[in-house]
Amino acid sequence: MSYTRVDFQTDQEVRWCPGCGDYTILAAVQNFFAGLDIKRENVVFVSGIGCAARFPYYMNTYGMHAIHGRAPAIATGVAVANPALSVWVVGGDGDFLSIGGNHLIHALRRNIDMTLLLFNNQIYGLTKGQYSPTSEPGKTTKSSPGGSIDYPFNPVSLALGAEATFVARTLDMDRNHTTAMLKAAHAHRGSALIEIYQNCNVFNDKAFIQLTGKAERYANRIDLVHGQPVVFGADKEKAVVWDGGRATIADRNSVHPSQIIVHDAHAEDASAAFALSRLAHGPYGPTPLGIFRDVYRPVYDDALQEAVTRSTAARGSGDLGKLVTSLGTWTVE
Amino acid sequence: MDSDHNPVNPLPEAPGVTGTNGGVSVDRTDRMVIRFAGDSGDGMQLAGNRFTDAAAIFGNDLATLPTFPAEIRAPAGTLPGVSSFQLQIADWDILTPGDRPGVLVAMNPAALKVHLRDLREDGILLINEEAFDERNLHKAGFETNPLEDGTLTGFDVHRVPMETLTKEAVKGSGVSGRAVLRSKNFLALGLLLWMFGRDTKVTADWVRKKFGRIEPVMNANLAALKAGYNYGITTESFARQIEVRPATLPPGTYTNVNGNAALSWGLVAASVLSGLPLFYASYPITPASEILHELVRHRNFGVKTFQAEDEIAAAGAALGAAFAGSLAVTGTSGPGLSLKGETISLAMITEMPMIIVDVQRGGPSTGLPTKPEQSDLFLAVWGRHGESPLPVIAASSPSDAFEVAIEAARIAVKYMTPVILLSDGYIATGSEPWRLPDIASLPRLGVPFATGPNAGDKFLPYLRDLQTMSRRWAIPGMPGLEHRIGGLEKEEGTGNVSYDPDNHQLMTDIRAWKVANIANDIPEVEVDDPDGADLLVLSWGSTYSAVKAGVGNARRKGAKVAYARIRYLSPFPPNMPTVLSSYDQVLIPEMNNGQLSRMVKAEFVRPVISFSKVEGVPFKFGEISAKIMEIAGR
Ligand SMILES: Cc1ncc(C[n+]2csc(CCOP(=O)(O)OP(=O)(O)O)c2C)c(N)n1
Ligand code: SF4
Ligand SMILES: [Mg+2]
Repeated sequence: MSYTRVDFQTDQEVRWCPGCGDYTILAAVQNFFAGLDIKRENVVFVSGIGCAARFPYYMNTYGMHAIHGRAPAIATGVAVANPALSVWVVGGDGDFLSIGGNHLIHALRRNIDMTLLLFNNQIYGLTKGQYSPTSEPGKTTKSSPGGSIDYPFNPVSLALGAEATFVARTLDMDRNHTTAMLKAAHAHRGSALIEIYQNCNVFNDKAFIQLTGKAERYANRIDLVHGQPVVFGADKEKAVVWDGGRATIADRNSVHPSQIIVHDAHAEDASAAFALSRLAHGPYGPTPLGIFRDVYRPVYDDALQEAVTRSTAARGSGDLGKLVTSLGTWTVE
Repeated sequence: MDSDHNPVNPLPEAPGVTGTNGGVSVDRTDRMVIRFAGDSGDGMQLAGNRFTDAAAIFGNDLATLPTFPAEIRAPAGTLPGVSSFQLQIADWDILTPGDRPGVLVAMNPAALKVHLRDLREDGILLINEEAFDERNLHKAGFETNPLEDGTLTGFDVHRVPMETLTKEAVKGSGVSGRAVLRSKNFLALGLLLWMFGRDTKVTADWVRKKFGRIEPVMNANLAALKAGYNYGITTESFARQIEVRPATLPPGTYTNVNGNAALSWGLVAASVLSGLPLFYASYPITPASEILHELVRHRNFGVKTFQAEDEIAAAGAALGAAFAGSLAVTGTSGPGLSLKGETISLAMITEMPMIIVDVQRGGPSTGLPTKPEQSDLFLAVWGRHGESPLPVIAASSPSDAFEVAIEAARIAVKYMTPVILLSDGYIATGSEPWRLPDIASLPRLGVPFATGPNAGDKFLPYLRDLQTMSRRWAIPGMPGLEHRIGGLEKEEGTGNVSYDPDNHQLMTDIRAWKVANIANDIPEVEVDDPDGADLLVLSWGSTYSAVKAGVGNARRKGAKVAYARIRYLSPFPPNMPTVLSSYDQVLIPEMNNGQLSRMVKAEFVRPVISFSKVEGVPFKFGEISAKIMEIAGR
């Protein structure tokens, strides 16, 4: 049986602000699922709280709209309890990186089989516009009228530091790119984090203009493609090269082709991916998009399931009578 | 004589008979309290547990009370570093580990200092005399040596050169250096086994099983055990043995189990009985960690355990596992229960079955992590944001935890609700003989699975069974039942998000009614009142043993007093109003500042005498009977 996009829509009225980037992401995800060879009843969406986190209500799969920050932990329970399910987690930058930061990093290091969609609008949308852990320093918001003094996370660097096996970045405005990232993340067994730059046109409009604006985007989009030299610009006139231990940008014609970094998303070691993630600390100036890292490491849910299977094979399925007498017994006549 | 004898059985005949055994006099007694005390590194918990096992297999009734220091490695020889294990053995049905020991094993001066004041005036002291050097005496705060300055006058003191004897015994075992002295707990144990006329077989078998893979250690422990036993036979100062005969317990097969193990087994049993795979998520915390340690060993029952990054994640993972169709449990102690609160409210409003185990300890904050308390009752019943009632039930003894775990699962699943199960440090680490139930006759637990669409070709997640008011459980993987649940208020029936005022009132009322209605599906409180008393004593949780024994003791002194134990704390059993109104006075002893007392006062508008104790130690039955006598004016 094959699905269409409508099969993944629900009867719930979508309540995001008109023009919100969340709409384009939803459409991309629904379309993506329609093209998949997967049974709808085996899909579970879990989210926390925030504008982004309303997502499960609009996906006609199993779903839970949970509590702020805890979605990665709850989804861990779903995935571990039934490794056959396709588990998706949706959250905002506040949800995943502030209140839920701890759960996110632990899910990534355990390599729980699930795909995490981080809708990064660099603002707290649902609570009406406070700065978030990804807001740029100096940002003026309701809670930072004099400019934020918080230093932000770089979510890709954070995920790589948390031992993530799959990390990618995409843009709400670029449906094809988003779909390609969804596809790769879905094919990855283990935790896959996609940071999606998402425009909040009400509280943080044009935050990603340097990557989406017609005038700016060619100069700033660094598309990472596995096996390809990292070059960008309208005429691919820029290149990313090693400078000591770090990746840096150079004019392509000022360097020898052998100096240009060839992207290896499957490298065992995350150092090069990390170096690429440091090219930009946010969507300001040239910023890499695409898959930073995609490697295999044993998956927690599989390992636990195997331990259960192995134990059952070795000892036979559990017998309650044996269990309660396992410490030795005596009989009173 | 004060006695914590179970009031349902008659007092045993003729305690205190003296006979002889080849020149050694044998004092027969109906019961004896023994306490092992030493430095944390002296292996007193192990010695106590081994003696307990030997006593259990011998057929004594028994109850134990291990006490640990909060620090893992408090400085050796100091007072905070003392670890102890108390047990009472008896030839009849006893309930408590006893109030004052008759035998005290003191492995160093600090242990003597901490525990001597509890020893009975005619008590027997087994002392590791070589530990009483100047340094250790100083660390324990003794100015003069209590072995010599008359402190111990009146006690039956046995100074044993345990270190020399151990060194001598383990020669040739392959263990050398300081490790040699590690076996001295087995020496003390061997001596004690001799004193009580037990052989060493049960213990030796255990040593072979436990240490078989490290042969030198096995040999050293066996040699020390033997040497201790032989020291009793050959040393003239030991001219006295104590005989405590097997108890006449109800016929059946028994095992000796602590509360954490029994609770874990109960959860496994509930999984088997319901057909739901068990998922247990936890973050380590004393005294709940052992449940995690126990369950991880039973994967062949399909059990999955998950050590989470914190208690919030543990609660969350359990809720996720419940959504995916597991019998989901998360276990913790007080500080962790505080952290789980928000997730429990989510489980409550989404109406997902889940069990939250709280093994209570002394609080607030880190409090007394290794000591029992019952001070999380309010937190369990009321401690959530919003109108968030849920069932709360409590185990009252180690073996009771088995049944209570199954009951928690029954209620959680049948009524699609989180359930809080209260245990405490005393139940968790204490052990008692448990007459095994007939496993084959344990009732199956029904699960309200959704099996297909329930509204035309649609599935509405909040359509309810009108008897239980519980919704149906639709598990991912079932085609056609895809649905969304969440923390936003939902419309009754459809489960769609709803901000409608009337609907919120309705849903709040339904959720409250659903929980209140569980009162009609639980047993009534049973009152034990042979004499038509005016005073009723109520216990909940682990005060059970001391309260029941205290009631028995007061009755023997002539008091008329009724007794009842409450397992269900929310909702209360349906006959509570009738029971409470049948008595002029109600006494509630609790290891908190009167939490159940306040709940009973508030809910039933009855005067209650609260008897509270927050010392991190269980009630002594003598305290309970004294209180009863005081109220009775006798
Ligand atoms: C425990 C708790 N604290 C605070 C909130 C309030 N709150 C809801 S969403 C949110 C932040 C939302 O920001 P983000 O996660 O970035 O999502 P967005 O709305 O931007 O998509 C906050 C602080 C809450 N719901 N729960
Ligand atoms: S507040 Fe921003 S993120 Fe939230 S729905 Fe509106 S536009 Fe979207
Ligand atoms: Mg945001």
